[in-house]
Amino acid sequence: MTATTDTAAGLPPPGSEADLARRRAQEERLRKTWETPKGIRYWTAVNNTEVGVWYTATAFVFMLFAGLLALLMRAQLAVPDNDLISADLYNQAFTLHGTVMMFLFAVPIFEAVAIVILPQMLGARDLPFPRLSAFGFWSFVLGGVFVCGSIFFNAAPNAGWFMYPPLATDEEQSGIGADIWLLGLSFIEVASIAAAVELIIGTLKCRPPGMRINMIPLFAWYILIVAGMILFAFPPLIAGDILFEMERMFDWPFFDPERRGDPLLWQHLFWIFGHPEVYIVFLPAIALIAMIVPTFAQRPIVGYSWIVLAAVGTGFLSFGLWVHHMFATGLPTISLAFFSAASEAVAIPTGVQIFVFIATLLAGRVIFAVPMLFATGGLAIFVIGGLTGVMVALAPFDWQAHDTYFVVAHLHYVLIGGMLFPIVAGIYYFYPITSGKMLSMRLGKIGFWLMFVGFNVGFLPMHFTGLRGMPRRVFTYPGGLGFDWLNMVSTVGAFVFAAGVGVVVWDVVRPKSREPYAPRNPWNAGTLEWLTTMPGENWGVRSVPFITSRYPIWDQPNLIRDVDEGRGLLPDAEEMKRETLVTSVLDAEPIQCLRVPGNAWSPMIAAFTLGGVFIALTFKWWIPALVSGVAFFCVLMFWLWTSTSLIPEKPEKDVGGGLVLPLYRSGPASIGWWAMFITMTGDATAFASLVFGYFFYWTVHADFVIDGGGPGVLWPMIAMGLLLASWAVTLLARRWNSADRPLPARLALVTAAVLAGAGGAAGLMGPYTHGMAPTTDVYPAIVWILVIWTAIHAAVGVIMLLYCLARSLAGRMTAVYDIDMRNVALYAHFLAMTAVVTFAVVGLFPLIN
Amino acid sequence: MFLHGARNETLWPLMGPPTVWALHFAAVYGWAAVACAKATPDDSMFLAARWGIGALTVVALAMIAYAGYRAWQIWGFGRFDPPHAAGTETDRRRFLGFATLLLAGLSAVSVIFVGLPALFIAECTW
Repeated sequence: MTATTDTAAGLPPPGSEADLARRRAQEERLRKTWETPKGIRYWTAVNNTEVGVWYTATAFVFMLFAGLLALLMRAQLAVPDNDLISADLYNQAFTLHGTVMMFLFAVPIFEAVAIVILPQMLGARDLPFPRLSAFGFWSFVLGGVFVCGSIFFNAAPNAGWFMYPPLATDEEQSGIGADIWLLGLSFIEVASIAAAVELIIGTLKCRPPGMRINMIPLFAWYILIVAGMILFAFPPLIAGDILFEMERMFDWPFFDPERRGDPLLWQHLFWIFGHPEVYIVFLPAIALIAMIVPTFAQRPIVGYSWIVLAAVGTGFLSFGLWVHHMFATGLPTISLAFFSAASEAVAIPTGVQIFVFIATLLAGRVIFAVPMLFATGGLAIFVIGGLTGVMVALAPFDWQAHDTYFVVAHLHYVLIGGMLFPIVAGIYYFYPITSGKMLSMRLGKIGFWLMFVGFNVGFLPMHFTGLRGMPRRVFTYPGGLGFDWLNMVSTVGAFVFAAGVGVVVWDVVRPKSREPYAPRNPWNAGTLEWLTTMPGENWGVRSVPFITSRYPIWDQPNLIRDVDEGRGLLPDAEEMKRETLVTSVLDAEPIQCLRVPGNAWSPMIAAFTLGGVFIALTFKWWIPALVSGVAFFCVLMFWLWTSTSLIPEKPEKDVGGGLVLPLYRSGPASIGWWAMFITMTGDATAFASLVFGYFFYWTVHADFVIDGGGPGVLWPMIAMGLLLASWAVTLLARRWNSADRPLPARLALVTAAVLAGAGGAAGLMGPYTHGMAPTTDVYPAIVWILVIWTAIHAAVGVIMLLYCLARSLAGRMTAVYDIDMRNVALYAHFLAMTAVVTFAVVGLFPLIN
Repeated sequence: MFLHGARNETLWPLMGPPTVWALHFAAVYGWAAVACAKATPDDSMFLAARWGIGALTVVALAMIAYAGYRAWQIWGFGRFDPPHAAGTETDRRRFLGFATLLLAGLSAVSVIFVGLPALFIAECTW
């Protein structure tokens, strides 16, 4: 295994005619296999080199749009008693500004950049689920255009980006904008979870041989942690969105105190998402700096393990901070103190990262190129934001500064210093990888200084405007209160800052056809993404090298030559199929040659039909929503049937150097099984958030469970029994299928499907037969939500079981080729767990209460 | 299969100390919230919660100390200096041990931070 790079068996001697002919033939086949389609079919591309670039560009367009909204606001606030825009338009502008920056720029840009560079960094040809990336991208485009476009119809959300009830649940006050926010963003959250699945598996399983877990690029560590955070942060918001939309659409009183709902539950669910989100945004940007700093210090990072500590530590601690957004809501002081303490603790790992960067720069010979300017400028700004963060983490100070411009200044210092500047640094640094050209160093410097000075002139005064008492989100203010000139200075700064952004944007989009291509590895970096030629090829890496260093290009002589000459693994595409390597998690030993699907319309059509469901629901167009939903289901089935779990033409293949790897693996050895596991972990988090809602109401009401008003014990227990029986029979089906006994396996699949369907229905019978009316009180409403959630999951289980049956009958699922069966069995575990919790809570908890 | 390396090793122990922190955090927050929401006039529930939080903090610190000791052992009791960057199983193991040890330190500090309010705050209302 160790000799795959250079002594691949049976190759002609390097430099000989025969060797050149071999290389040309291989390159021809690879180029053909990974070719980007032309014409209209260009948009069917799923390769990371296309999807990643579209994703990045789209996120930037949304950012510029939200930036224009910010300029509009700053123009309005420049002078007192201004009437440039109306109060209502101002409300829409600040709501959309925050929403777009967070949901359509900050989070997606990390997914986008990771899709572009992660496979390159890991010497992979592509991420493991390219069509899923494409699906995520098209969902993002559609959801984003829908949300942004609303302002042109005077229908944008206007209740602030965190949408607090009761303002946002009031149909009179908030109009359709709140629905657009809830449904448009829920749709995008689904895309984020898809990206998380893709990136976790990509980082852990698609590395080059030899790249053990102690050697992966720091960017990959951060991506792994952030993708994991998404799995636990986004689902609570999705759960909150469900409750919120049920209230708006059907008048279920989750946040209505008159019917025992509680607006604070929304604040909890929103900020359980919202605070980790700050770190979901910040860590990938810091990850870019962790790649840039070693390159420009021309030495390995000092304290690799400390960065891992910081990334993992921040990832965890960030989940213990959410209540610091709710210090002013009257929670018990001891609760505030827990969150205040955790908010101070998170400064430790954050600080560690900054000291690691400083140490690396001190230990190396620093080259101050444009990426370094943006990286260090960003860190300087971020440190100021971090220090004001330590201030507002103290509850008594926060009570003074809460909802003032001090907080506006703080959060912009954190996000622009901790996210935007590093992203621009990353653009200047990685631009040659996507286009083969360099950006202008001159324009970069001009852009940097305009942005840096403009930002500080714009936002530093806001600290003082806030301390002098100006509340955030007001559309105007009377003169003579002490913040007239401060606001004028802020407005001037904002426009200078915008000019800097404009220079950077011009540098990126200006025509460069006459400029020469960049030299290969223009920054003399050490990591694998710089193996790419200028311009690059679609195949990612010419052949997969064996890695023995954290900075292989620096430390492994002949690495580039061996890769180029096809002396690594997978140097060819003999069967004209797209392939990449799958390796083991800790030690990166090759375990599978994975066939990845190619270009297709199905991801785009699936995204548009699913988007259609969300958009139609916004306007309460029930029939179009149903039609769109059915269309989505059909596309999804087509997609799964034609491109997943395909039986290869041979069980294994030689990937070069005499290494023979299987082409198909199932169960925990397959990436699909782990995709299911990760998705269901996210799903379980959303479910846990709903259960949290039940117990939240129980704590705030002395007599939350209405005597005799619940779903009884009988039906919940029947439902639990049926669903557990379905689970057991599913496991039998898996066993019989593995034992190559198709007939009993198929019978078991049918039985399990019937039991699951009956179990879901029995769950609904509990509240139904007891006449629980969800609009009257929050108790029946939350019970209904829990049983509906379980019933929907049972219905999905039925579909999966019948899908396995169809695959078995069609000969596409056998005893050996059983990915489908094993994945469905995994789903069944989660379904059983959901059923036990739901029915124990709604059926048994009232007894002990 | 998936997260395992040689000798049945996995990536999970790295997550151990911060997971203890998370469970401790959720438990003390939940306990205090319920104690305050369901408070009785004699304050006995809140007093119980304070002692309970103290006990949970001790338990969490003990668990982190155990995980930290194991990590220290795997790292080699400090006999080998980082960076542990070589492509060998030994270095990979030492790296994981060292990173876990660092996380144990951070988690211990954070558990103490989060446990401290129970020492100082004597009532729910303010």
